[in-house]
Amino acid sequence: MLSCQSASRLVSQSLDRPLHWQEKLALRFHLAICRHCRRFAKQLNQLRSAVKTMMQRTEADASIVLNPEAKARIMHIIQQHH
Amino acid sequence: MTSTAHEWLNAHGDYLYRFALARLRDAHLAEDAVQETFLAAIKNPNFAAQSSPRTWLTGILKHKIIDTMRKGQREVVASDLMNEEDANMDEFFDATGHWAEKPIAWNMPSDALEQKQFLGILQNCMDKLPKKLAALFLMRDVHETDNEEICKELQITTTNAWVMLYRARMSLRKCLEINWITG
Repeated sequence: MLSCQSASRLVSQSLDRPLHWQEKLALRFHLAICRHCRRFAKQLNQLRSAVKTMMQRTEADASIVLNPEAKARIMHIIQQHH
Repeated sequence: MTSTAHEWLNAHGDYLYRFALARLRDAHLAEDAVQETFLAAIKNPNFAAQSSPRTWLTGILKHKIIDTMRKGQREVVASDLMNEEDANMDEFFDATGHWAEKPIAWNMPSDALEQKQFLGILQNCMDKLPKKLAALFLMRDVHETDNEEICKELQITTTNAWVMLYRARMSLRKCLEINWITG
């Protein structure tokens, strides 16, 4: 029987690698009887989609522009190299 | 060639900056990554032949972002991967492996205002993470960089990456739970 600690680690790793079938089975069994870890697994998904939204908003936010000083510096460097 | 580069900087500079900022979450690091991208671009012999400069520049920028992460890597190893015991994250669990504090259901944002507040809190929580750990988490959790590629680039083992990502997720989850309305 997995502990919640081990189960939480497997839930996290399942986002990064395919679990072995033994791990999958053990995790599925644990999640079936543990609502805390089920909630944790759901939260990691919520976290992931929120982070995606956050990144997309930054990328789409036209009010965020390259600082004019930085832009001038880059222009200067481009010139120096030609 | 120089004038093309200038045109590109004007046309794509802001976009590239936002792309870098969204991932590195630091204005100076993002500016530097954009600068490095243009430097690499003008040195490339295929420079003038690019039919889709934005896509091409973004591809270069992705590598520059990983370079930036790699530069701070030693710092991450020192502060986040001290030893296995530390990596066990005992603070979140009791001696028997049960949750020290049980996860509480989140009321996910239901309208635009709440969404904005939620993302603001998430932003603050990300800021509390060590910068490179936050960057690794972002690179990974938006599904755009392959795990093995990240590990190869950052010269860390996949096991280390799992431990680091676990730490990042546990910390963020806890931080959100403390600061967001739960119930």
